[in-house]
Amino acid sequence: MSVLKVPVNRNDHILGDDDAPITLLEYGDYECPHCGAAHPIVKALIRNYGNQLRYVFRHFPLTQIHPHAEAAAETAEFAGAHRRFWQMHDLIFENQQRLGIPMLLEAAEYLGLSAAQLRRALETGEFAGKVRSDFTSGVRSGVNGTPTFFVNGQRHEGSYAFEDLAEAIESRLEQRAA
Amino acid sequence: MADILRPGATAPDFTLRVTPDQNLSLKELRGRPVILAFYPADWSPVCGDQMTLYNEVLPEFQKHGAEIVGVSVDGVWCHAAYAKHNHLHFPLLSDFEPKGAVAQTFGAYRRGEGVCERALFVLDEDGKVFWSYCSPIAVNPGAEGILEALEELSKKKGETHERVESTSQQERSHSGR
Repeated sequence: MSVLKVPVNRNDHILGDDDAPITLLEYGDYECPHCGAAHPIVKALIRNYGNQLRYVFRHFPLTQIHPHAEAAAETAEFAGAHRRFWQMHDLIFENQQRLGIPMLLEAAEYLGLSAAQLRRALETGEFAGKVRSDFTSGVRSGVNGTPTFFVNGQRHEGSYAFEDLAEAIESRLEQRAA
Repeated sequence: MADILRPGATAPDFTLRVTPDQNLSLKELRGRPVILAFYPADWSPVCGDQMTLYNEVLPEFQKHGAEIVGVSVDGVWCHAAYAKHNHLHFPLLSDFEPKGAVAQTFGAYRRGEGVCERALFVLDEDGKVFWSYCSPIAVNPGAEGILEALEELSKKKGETHERVESTSQQERSHSGR
């Protein structure tokens, strides 16, 4: 069974409480339709488990088959540098059907960020290193496609259906209670 | 699962079609680490596809000076279409005629289905198997094992170099006396 090789750290985008008993970590690609489908499921899990769950997202763009995945990941990082990571993350997944540079620039403006600044950041690859380091950490942890989830550092081998992920979470909670 | 060639074995040389009018021989790749990735078929579902993943990990393989080639029983035109569709930047070899003959010499052929196993080999500079792994056919083995093998190989090579250097230093001091 694959384990997470790079533990959650301060370079990560983390939603929820550091003391939460469960950490759900996803390696995802903004252009991957399966990641798009998993997005509302993750949101439902967050609602369902409240402060028991901490969620972390790392980039795993498959850039050769998804031409906009890299730009989308860098855009999320750009927004993150302005403390808008999760807002951008949601906007990108919710508008996955029309993902592209115009949509990303529009999203930046919608969040009160400078589209011109984003364009420059994409051109210079300002955030490419962060995206690549997420990707490489995923490869080292045995990530072989997207989305790949880790629950408390253990790779989730089931599907990304709500029931499967919830079951993995419940069993960790039970282990803790025992 | 198949009994694939193990570390220490010499990889049998082969010559296979790499494009409709070009061949590639294993011995042409001597002198650097080679990753041989046998896989069952082109056109498996896209987001979890093994060759697509290796395409993304390519820069990491290249850091070790390694070459990667994919091998399946698909024909050259099938490979060409598949590689173009997924923008693959490494060669795919056609173990097409006689079907699966090369895979068989590596112990990586599934006779019942008539396809290659999902088997990975990392060969050293001299064409010897340094690491091998056979994955369950439906499971994409990822790239972690390959990278670990390449790192070990690089480390080993570094040690040999150091040994050679210290020997030549000894020789120098010897002749100086």
